[in-house]
Amino acid sequence: MDNEAAFDKFKSCAVEVLQVPAEKITLEAKFTEDLEADSLEVVELVMALEEAFDITVEESELDGVDTVGKAFDLVTSKL
Amino acid sequence: MPATPRRRVAVTGLGVVSCCGIGNDAFFAGLAAPAPEGEHRVHDFDPSAWFDVKQARRADRFQQFSVASAQMALDDAGDISIDPARAGVIFGTGVGGLETLQEQITVLISKGPRRVSPFLVPMMMANAGAAAISMRFGWRGPCETVVTACAAGTQATGNAARLVASGRCEAVITGGAEAAMAGIGLAAFANMTALSSSGTSRPFDRRRDGFVIAEGGAALVLEDLDRALARGAHVYAEVLGSASTADAHHITAPAPGGTGALACMELALEDAGVTAADVAHINAHGTSTPLNDLAEAEAITKLFGIPGPPVTSIKGVTGHSLGAAGAIEAACCALTIDRQLIPPTAGLEELDPEMHLDVVTGSPRSLGAGVVLSNSFGFGGHNGCLVLAPLSFRDPGGAGSTDSRTGN
Repeated sequence: MDNEAAFDKFKSCAVEVLQVPAEKITLEAKFTEDLEADSLEVVELVMALEEAFDITVEESELDGVDTVGKAFDLVTSKL
Repeated sequence: MPATPRRRVAVTGLGVVSCCGIGNDAFFAGLAAPAPEGEHRVHDFDPSAWFDVKQARRADRFQQFSVASAQMALDDAGDISIDPARAGVIFGTGVGGLETLQEQITVLISKGPRRVSPFLVPMMMANAGAAAISMRFGWRGPCETVVTACAAGTQATGNAARLVASGRCEAVITGGAEAAMAGIGLAAFANMTALSSSGTSRPFDRRRDGFVIAEGGAALVLEDLDRALARGAHVYAEVLGSASTADAHHITAPAPGGTGALACMELALEDAGVTAADVAHINAHGTSTPLNDLAEAEAITKLFGIPGPPVTSIKGVTGHSLGAAGAIEAACCALTIDRQLIPPTAGLEELDPEMHLDVVTGSPRSLGAGVVLSNSFGFGGHNGCLVLAPLSFRDPGGAGSTDSRTGN
């Protein structure tokens, strides 16, 4: 899967779980400030990503992951 | 002990989500119409009227009913502009977010523990409805949930009235909501043989064979009467008193002879400072189960004699919405008082010959002078009774002033 296809998939998960417009899902977007996602919603997003990409993310790996870009890097590092 | 003056409690707002209608007018009109066909779900409930898509996904259906009914009630109450610290929420439910729980157990079994929603707990917990109401309106006084099965809505309303009567709160949003028609709930009630096998709710009828399960919610805004009058609010009714007791007999069957129901009704009348002769109408629990209706009828006859005041059970139309039922019926009582009309008992064709009640059937009947008693009895032996009245009952020449009776 190339990077663009992976980000499209990431984006569709985020749109579905966080109920935000696709154009707000940018690499720089912060979950709390820009996407109005609280910690439980980030957990739910990670679960959706685990399922979509068939990966496993440990809770400890989420420390400091506060932007879409960091989350996306975490996902792609496991592909 | 010196007598503690207690404030008078006004009902200034109502909101109803019921299978026979959403909103006060549709609901009250629905009570005089034939019972809905088929399952008693609130088929035309559209969460988008009260929630955006994200909020709706995070709220179990019972929570949606809670917030929707509360919003309607608060809108109905008008400009209440209240100190949030003295604004409370006391809401009832029987089981909380059962649909969400069932769905997530399916996820657990099919996909494993890592896929169970992080929102399961805040959606299934029984207090989710009350919490959602307090958050939506920023009301920061007492926010509690009463979980006493089918008595929950009534007991919540009684408890809420005490918070206003004591002066702790200027207003309280109370009521109850239930959405337990998930497969697990339907199967569980069916297998305890509580549900009608014919699918027809026939309160007090000779052929009644169980209750028809329903869902819904109702909210009432209870407010200090002086405050309500000062701001020119419409007062539907006054909450004169209430009582809460336990049968301490059996987890599902009522105490024989309706002794638990009788004690609770007597205590509620005493709390309201009235006698049996003052009761103009009883909004019965009347579930259409063989045991409940017989026990309740016996208790009513013991207390009020034959024929006693006109009785109705709206469950002939609404079915039994468990923890929401008492709240829906409290709202019905407030509307009955406001419109001076007693809704009929649908489904009743032939009164059980063992009962000696004056049951209102066919079409609505005019409400006579006096107070209205509402009964609810729940699995677990929980009994709840409320006494409501028009303002003119206590104060024929105009309303207001503090109650001199002893608070409890």
